[in-house]
Amino acid sequence: MKKRASIIGGAAAIAATFVVFVIPFIFIVLMAFKDRQQSALRDFSWPTGFHLWENVFEVVKTRNWMMITAFINSSIITVVSVTLLVIFAAMVGYVLARRRTRWNGLIEFLILAGLMVPPAVVPTIWLLQGLKLFGTLHGMILVEVAYNLPFSIILYRAFVSTIPRDLDEAAIIDGARPLDVFFRVVLPLLWPVTVTNIVVQSVGIFNDFTNPLYYLPGNANATVQLTLYNFQSQFSTAYNLLFTNILLITIPPLLVFLFFNRQIVAGMTAGAVKG
Amino acid sequence: MSASTMAGSPGQTETRAIKRSPYPGWFFTPAAIVYTVLFLAPTFASLYFSLTRWTLFDATFIGLDNFAQFLREPFLIKGLINTVIYAVVTSGLKVVVGLLLAVMLTSQIVARGYLRSVIFFPVLVSTVGVGITFTVLMHPTQGMINEGLAIFGITGPGWLTDPNLALYSVALVDVWKGVGLATVIYIAGLVAIPRDYYEAARIDGATPWQNFWYVTLPLCRPATSTVITLSFIGGLRTFDLIWAMTKGGPGFASDTIASVIYKQYQAGFYGLSTAGNVVLFILIAVLVVPLTMFLNRKQGHE
Amino acid sequence: MTKTKLIALMGASTLGLMLSAGAVSAQQSGYLSILVDNGPQSIATMEAWAEAYKAKNPDVTIDIEVRPGGGEGDNIVKTRLATGAMADVFSYNSGSLFQAINPTQNLLPLTTEPFQAGVQESFKSVVSAGGEVYGAPFAPAMGGGIFYNKPIYEELGLEIPKTWEEFMANNEKIKAAGKVAVIQTYADTWTSQLFVLSDFYNVLAQEPDFAEKFTANEAKFATSPAALRGFEKLQEAAEAGFFNADFGAATYSDGVRMIATGEGAHYPMLTFAIGAIAETVPDHLNDVGFFAQPGDSADSNGLTTWMPDSVYVAKNTASPDLAKDFVAFIASPEGCDVRNEAVGATGPYMVAGCELPADVPPSVSDMLPYFEGQGQNAPALEFLSPVKGPALEQILVEVGTGSRDAASAAALYDEDVRKQAQQLGLAGW
Repeated sequence: MKKRASIIGGAAAIAATFVVFVIPFIFIVLMAFKDRQQSALRDFSWPTGFHLWENVFEVVKTRNWMMITAFINSSIITVVSVTLLVIFAAMVGYVLARRRTRWNGLIEFLILAGLMVPPAVVPTIWLLQGLKLFGTLHGMILVEVAYNLPFSIILYRAFVSTIPRDLDEAAIIDGARPLDVFFRVVLPLLWPVTVTNIVVQSVGIFNDFTNPLYYLPGNANATVQLTLYNFQSQFSTAYNLLFTNILLITIPPLLVFLFFNRQIVAGMTAGAVKG
Repeated sequence: MSASTMAGSPGQTETRAIKRSPYPGWFFTPAAIVYTVLFLAPTFASLYFSLTRWTLFDATFIGLDNFAQFLREPFLIKGLINTVIYAVVTSGLKVVVGLLLAVMLTSQIVARGYLRSVIFFPVLVSTVGVGITFTVLMHPTQGMINEGLAIFGITGPGWLTDPNLALYSVALVDVWKGVGLATVIYIAGLVAIPRDYYEAARIDGATPWQNFWYVTLPLCRPATSTVITLSFIGGLRTFDLIWAMTKGGPGFASDTIASVIYKQYQAGFYGLSTAGNVVLFILIAVLVVPLTMFLNRKQGHE
Repeated sequence: MTKTKLIALMGASTLGLMLSAGAVSAQQSGYLSILVDNGPQSIATMEAWAEAYKAKNPDVTIDIEVRPGGGEGDNIVKTRLATGAMADVFSYNSGSLFQAINPTQNLLPLTTEPFQAGVQESFKSVVSAGGEVYGAPFAPAMGGGIFYNKPIYEELGLEIPKTWEEFMANNEKIKAAGKVAVIQTYADTWTSQLFVLSDFYNVLAQEPDFAEKFTANEAKFATSPAALRGFEKLQEAAEAGFFNADFGAATYSDGVRMIATGEGAHYPMLTFAIGAIAETVPDHLNDVGFFAQPGDSADSNGLTTWMPDSVYVAKNTASPDLAKDFVAFIASPEGCDVRNEAVGATGPYMVAGCELPADVPPSVSDMLPYFEGQGQNAPALEFLSPVKGPALEQILVEVGTGSRDAASAAALYDEDVRKQAQQLGLAGW
C-alpha cells in the first residue's frame, strides 16, 4: 500500500520535474538542431533536418572565430584564478585555523564583509586603469581572485580545523621549514577540500557575466558569457544559432556535473552552511 | 572549532610565534595584497567618489547631491523597492519550494537520484543562457509557455512585457535556477536530524503533518537560516539574470539597484553609479545584519 | 609624408585635383586596425571598403574589430580612448555623442586634409570641436520619420498624411480593416524614441530657438507645448490601441520584417532601416515607402534629419598617414561607389561627387525631396545641443506601455537631462 503510494508520488514528481526542469533543456537542444526557418517559430517541435554541425560551425566562425578566442580566454581566466585562489586561500585558511592572534577577529570580519559587501565597480575600474590592468586578462584574474577569496578561505579554514595538529607538528619537529610543511604535508592533506574548491570556483568563474562585463571590455578579451550576450543581437533573427551557442556553453558545466556531482554538492552546502 | 586545541597550549603558541612560527603570518600576505588592492581599497574609495561628480579623470565634490538624486528620481526609488521585493520573493520561494523538494527527496520515493540531479543541474548553468532561453519561452505571443497554456484555453499574460509582472517573472526564473541549491542545503539539514525524534513522534501517534510541523521544521532551522541569508543577499545583489532578460524594463518596471548602477555607469554618471553602490551596501547592511542576528538568536533559544 | 604635406600646402584644391592627388599617393603600406559598430550594414560597408582599399594597396593589412552599439558601445569607445587602446580608425556617432568623447584630447584633427573640400559643411559642423574638424562621413545622411507599407495603403486607398490628424485617421482605417496600424518594438528599447526625436522639425517650426534655449537650461520639454507634442503623439497612438500585439517583446528586426511584409502599416524609424530591409527581406524592398512625421499643420511639413556616423582617427595611432589616407578613400566618390555596391543606397551622400544609383528603392526616393527643398528639413536635436539624457528610451517605453502619461514623462526626461548637463559641466545648470 505504502509502496504503491510512493510509486504514484514518484511518478507525479518525475512528471512535474520533467516539465519544469527538463523541457527547457530539451528545447535548447531541439532548437540547436533546427535550421533558421524552423527555429524562427520557436515552438517545441522535432527538427525537420539535422543541422547541428552546420549551426555549430556557423556559431564558432562568427565574427572571426570569436567563440574560439572566448573559450581560450575563459579557460585562462578560470584556470589561473582558481590556481591562485587555491594556493592563497589554503595558506590563509591554514594559518587562520592553527594560530590564534589578535588579528583573527579582524580577518574573520573582513572575510564576512567580502561575502556581503557588493564590490564598488567604478572605483575598481579607476584603480585598474591606474595600474594599467583595466581590460586585461591579468586584471580580470586578480579581480576574480579578490572577489572569491572569502568563500575559499572559509572552506579551507573549516577543513583544516578537522585535521589533527600532530601531523604538521611532527613535520615541524623534524625541522622542516614552514613552506615545506605547507606544500609537502598540509596541502596534500587538504586535497578533498581543494577538489571542492576547484570545482565550485571553476563553475562560478566560468559562468561569471557581471565582472567581465565591467572589467573586460573589447573583443580581444571576450569571454564565453559575454560572447553569448553580444551574439544576442547578432543572432536576433537566427534562433538556431543563438541556442546552439547556449548549448555549447552548457557543455562544460555539464561535464563538471557528470564527473564531480558529489564534490560540488558537498562544497556548495558546506560553504553555505559555514557562510 | 579549533578553539579547544588552541586553549590546550597557549604558552607554546606564543613562544613559537616569537621564534619562527611554523604558522607564519606572511602566509596571509598574497591574499591580503590582492584583497586589499582590488576589494578593500575600491570600497573605501567609493565612499569618497559617491560624493562627487566624476569623469574618471577629475572629480568635483558635490556633497550628498548624488544621494539626493537617488531619493528624488522616481525610477531610482523604484529600483530600490524592486530590489527588496525581488530579494523577499526569491528567498521566500526558495525556502518553501526547497524545503518541500528536500522532504520529498529524503522520503522513500522512486528515482531519487534522477530527481536530485535534475533539480540541481540548473544551478551550474550559465545565467545568461538561462535568461535568454526563458526570454524566448516567455514571449507573449510566440513563447512556448503561453502556447502551452493556450492548449488548455488559458490566455497567458505578457510575462516580461507587462510592467506589473516583469519583475516577478524574472524572480520565478531565478527560483527555477537557484532552488536546487536550497534543496541540497535542506537535504543536508534533514539528514542530520536524529531518527529518534521521528520514532518518538510515531509512538505519540503523530500524523505526517504533525511530524513535519513539530519535528522537521524546527529542527532544520539552521538550514532555513542559511538558505534565507544566502538567497536574500544574492537577491539584493542580483544583476545578471535581470540584465539578460529585461534590462530593467519595460520602462523601469524591473530595475534593481544593481541594474541602476550599471545603467548610470553606462551613461557615464560615474559618481552617481558609485553612490548606487553605497546605497546597495547600506541596504544590505541594514537588512541582512538584523536578519542574521534574528535567525541566529532564535536558533540559540532552541 | 612629404607628399601629403605638399598636397595640404596646395590647399584649396578642387575635387578633381584632389582625386588625382589621391591616386598618386595611393601606394600605401603598413597595418591598420579598425573598430566598427556591430550593425550588419556597418560591418558589410567597412569590410567592402577594406577589401577595395587593399586591392589598391596590396602592402596594407587591415584588421576589423566589431563593438556593440547603443550605450554599451559608447562605453567601450570611451574607455578605449581613455586608456589609449583605441583602434587606428573607428566609427562613432557625430553630434552630441561625439562631443562627449573628448575629441580635442583623443582624436587626430583632419581639418587640413584635402578630402574635406568635398565634404558638406553641415556634416563638418557636427564633427568639429575647438575649431578643428575630426571626422569624415561614414554613411549617407538619414531621416527620421515613418515607414509605411505601400500595398496596405493601396488596398485601403489611403493618402500620405500631411498632418498628425490625417495620420491618426489613416491609422483608424487600418485598424478597422483588422490590421496593425503602428509597429512598436520595445525589446530593442532605443526604437521607442522615434516619435519624439523625429518630431523635432515640427518643434523648430514653432520654436526656432528651442535648441539654444534647451542647452542653456531655459527651455524644457515639459513646459514647451511644441516639444511636448512628441510625447503626446506617442501617448495618443498607444491609447488608441494601434500597436502590434507583441509590441513589448518585438525586436527591431521583427519591426523591419513586419513593415516590409505588411504585418504592420507604419513603423516610425530612421532611414538606415532601408539597408536592413534590403538585406533581410529584399523581395519586399519596393513595398516600403517613407514620409516625415507630420506636424499639426499642413503648412509646415518637413523631415527631421540625422547626420551620419563618422569615421575618426585616434590621436595616438601608430600610422597616422595610412589612417588618413584610408579615411580619405572612404570620403571619396570611389568610396561611395563601393558602399552602393556593398549595401545599396540608403540616402543622400554628404560628399561632393557621390552619386546615388538610378534605381533607388521607393523609400529612398520618398526621402530625397525633403533634402532638396528649402526649409523642408531640420537637424535632430542631438546635432544642435550636446544635451541628451540617457533614460529617454525607458521613459518612452513607459509611455508606450501606458504606465506613464506624456506630461509626467516629459518632466521626468527634463530631470534626466539635467544630470547629463551637469556631468558635461555646462553653464547654467
